[in-house]
Amino acid sequence: MTQLREASFGAAAPAGWSGWLASRLRRLDWSVLVWLAVLALLFLLVVLPFFEIILQSLRDNEDGGLTFDNYVKAYSRERYLVALWNSVRLGLWSSLLCVIFAVPIAWAVARTDTPAKPFINMTVLAAFVTPPYTGAIAWILLAGPNSGWLNRAWMWLTGAEQGVIDIFTFGGLVFIIAIYSFPFVYIFTLSALEMVSTEMEEAANILGAGTFRTMWRVTLPLALPAILGGVIITFLESIALFGSPAIIAIPGRFNVVTTQLYQFFSYPIQVEVAAAYAMPLLLITMLLVSLQRLVLRRKGFVSLTGKGGDRRMIQLGRWRWATFGYAMFVAALSVFLPYVMLTQAAFAKAWGRGFSLDNLTLFNFEYLLFEHQMARLSVLNSMLFGGAAAFLALVVAVFVAFMVQRRLVPFGGVLSFLCVAPFVVPGIVLAIGFYAAYAPPPLALYGTSWILILAFTTRFLPIAYVQSNSALRQINPEMEDAVRILGGGRLTAVRKVVAPLMKRGLVGTFLLVFIPATRELSAAIFLAGPDTRTMSIMIFDLSSEGNFEHLAALALLLQVLTIPMIWFGYKVVGRDFMLRRS
Amino acid sequence: MNKLVLSGVGRRFGEFQAVQDFSLELAEGEFVSLLGPSGCGKTTTLRMIAGFIDPSEGEIAVDGRLLSSPAGSVPPERRGMSMIFQSYAIWPNMTVAENVGFGLTLRKMARAEMETRINRFLDVVQMRHLKDRYPAELSGGQQQRVALARAMVVQPQVLLLDEPLSNLDANLREEMRFEIRRLHDEFRITTVYVTHDQSEAMVTSDRIVVMSQGRVEQVADPFALYTRPETRFVAGFIGRTNFVDAEISGGRLWMAGADVAADLLPDAARFGGRATLSIRPHDIVMTASPSAVQDGGIVFSGRVMERAYLGEHWEYSVRPDGSDAVLRVTAPPHVDLSVDGPAWLSVDATRVVALPPDGEHANEAA
Repeated sequence: MTQLREASFGAAAPAGWSGWLASRLRRLDWSVLVWLAVLALLFLLVVLPFFEIILQSLRDNEDGGLTFDNYVKAYSRERYLVALWNSVRLGLWSSLLCVIFAVPIAWAVARTDTPAKPFINMTVLAAFVTPPYTGAIAWILLAGPNSGWLNRAWMWLTGAEQGVIDIFTFGGLVFIIAIYSFPFVYIFTLSALEMVSTEMEEAANILGAGTFRTMWRVTLPLALPAILGGVIITFLESIALFGSPAIIAIPGRFNVVTTQLYQFFSYPIQVEVAAAYAMPLLLITMLLVSLQRLVLRRKGFVSLTGKGGDRRMIQLGRWRWATFGYAMFVAALSVFLPYVMLTQAAFAKAWGRGFSLDNLTLFNFEYLLFEHQMARLSVLNSMLFGGAAAFLALVVAVFVAFMVQRRLVPFGGVLSFLCVAPFVVPGIVLAIGFYAAYAPPPLALYGTSWILILAFTTRFLPIAYVQSNSALRQINPEMEDAVRILGGGRLTAVRKVVAPLMKRGLVGTFLLVFIPATRELSAAIFLAGPDTRTMSIMIFDLSSEGNFEHLAALALLLQVLTIPMIWFGYKVVGRDFMLRRS
Repeated sequence: MNKLVLSGVGRRFGEFQAVQDFSLELAEGEFVSLLGPSGCGKTTTLRMIAGFIDPSEGEIAVDGRLLSSPAGSVPPERRGMSMIFQSYAIWPNMTVAENVGFGLTLRKMARAEMETRINRFLDVVQMRHLKDRYPAELSGGQQQRVALARAMVVQPQVLLLDEPLSNLDANLREEMRFEIRRLHDEFRITTVYVTHDQSEAMVTSDRIVVMSQGRVEQVADPFALYTRPETRFVAGFIGRTNFVDAEISGGRLWMAGADVAADLLPDAARFGGRATLSIRPHDIVMTASPSAVQDGGIVFSGRVMERAYLGEHWEYSVRPDGSDAVLRVTAPPHVDLSVDGPAWLSVDATRVVALPPDGEHANEAA
């Protein structure tokens, strides 16, 4: 859109070189410059690291030429292949378990008169914001062989010599991942079931189908695509996780892809082999994300016909206590028991001595915050990196969303694609890309705060973009047109109308990036230097030292720091904050 | 001198020609509507006048000052216009008074004067008692009034309205039509009004521009538009009508089921022997027997196919003898003919409009 100044409109070209330049500059469209700047930034954040992964995997470490040696190295040993297969099994089993946990609760909350629904939602949210590595630590306290509290209870009850559960097993890992990933399936299923109008069910009822037949033949099939979408997300989450597999699998003496990648990154660092080995993870993710899109689009009719309206809840009678009980059972596994144990250990002189007053102490916190040389810095690092990344991601996302939606730039589609593309790159793979792109000179960012901030920005850019896009979509462009026709420029429109109207959405978006960024581990672990370790890395380090009291205190501290943010998010955004499908 | 002049304005989006060769001149203080079905290019034209869209061809000028041309345009904020949007676009983060005062703030008006002006215009739209409310607390009609006050308080060169009533319910819509015309009579702001509702256009406008598929079909005042449509599209779009094909031969005009002396309808000869006649349903007088038929008109004899009683009148469908087309007839309540019975239709030839022939869609009722 060329917009001439009134004064120069129709005027003859000014004489002389400087006049020509001045008129060129006046005519130069500022939006093209902004577009180029954003494109360059997105290139550095998204495109370059992505290509570096592929490039590295084909690079000869000695002479820098092209080679397939890295692939040969990465896939020639049986234990490497077993680790791959373990990841696939892990993904499948934990998604299945997620469905078993999530779907009944979602159905109970969306369609029945189960009591205390807000409370059930709260427990799911609590599970959702618990980092899987924190959960893993809590479950070591609960179900470590012999010393875990559940095993001790078992031995005390039955007089047995040994405990019955060992968390350091494949099954244990599946379980831990599932109890912290099921909220994904829950959110997808819940929103789908809430969209199924009662009228559709009544149409089945009037034709003679009973309550449960209707549920099987109408309601659940309508929600099936959404459930599948959630399952795909949990599968991807499970195979991309680093924290809990490292805490459980390494002592349990088995490997998954991510722990194997970690070993390639230990001395001597073999980035090229790691890149080659990360390919299946990247490919599976890209494949399944497109599959998920396809599933949700093709059979996404639920959201189209969703017209809320009058919704009639199924009266469960006495059975409503059964559904409530099931939700509480899941909550006990994912939230109640783990947090009781974490709190006990965090305030205990020795966690094994149990719940007694003389075992209580604040020493663990004192030690972490005032004596430990890294712990306090790691708290600051987490907050700083998370905050900076959230801010950066938000600025980029809002800029792109605005330019694309208002069609201010050509090829806006390219920009918005680049903003959501990192979604298909698992954190650990992203870290390899960032390492390869920015660790070597000239930038040599490895060990600096910047490489972490930029990696987090990229990692969570898709969340920021999707959120700010939908926040912006709420604002009718005519609101801005109205400012302009009354004599205000585009900037006035943004300042007086767009910004005030987006405020809430932007705060929510900021928190939605900030919260996960403060607990990110799988990218951070590969990029942090000695002075840039975050809380998540500290927790991981302490877990290998085996000092559970300090570990629990730090993990608890991270959760306590999150609570005010979530509370604030609820205040600003409302009930849907975090438990929303997007 | 003309206030607003559009000459040969066109706009294409890629391959799609949204507006083509649009020329129009508005006198100072004139109220003109752009009327047409959705997708006819009327909103695109309005947004070109506002400066939100640049024309691909042609020029737009106000008071002789060139504002838009394919080479570039003065941006909307420097055109001294106002606009009322389909969504009202009332800013929800500002009170009623702040909304109305916004344009004055941008014009750096002194506080006291601004206050007086805001109050005056809020009085005009009867919204003064709600000046400290936020838009979310207002009904659709009230928001509409705020939008009106906000657009007029700055006393714009040109006022643009983009389907401002389409989101209101039927009763309110009718009330607001007259309100808009009343405000125009009071302030005489040169106005361009976009609508797809013909009665809206007819109540408010001095002249109406009927558009179809990006082109101007006809520009006329409401009366002429209805009684003297120039194209088949206008005849069918403004009110209901019957289209009847006619052929001139041997000094007579031949239609399916009737014929009449050609001099009765001299206009029909303009199109070289063939023409399409537009006959309004309520211009047809219907009787049960030939004896009651008046002289000097076109007379069809036919058979009643179906009828419906609508309280204020009957709606009859009559098939002229020797024709397979059906004529719609609006008859007063006392004209009570039975279905399948004979009917005699007579039409005053001066009420019939001759249009260019249309071979493809002969004899359809619109």
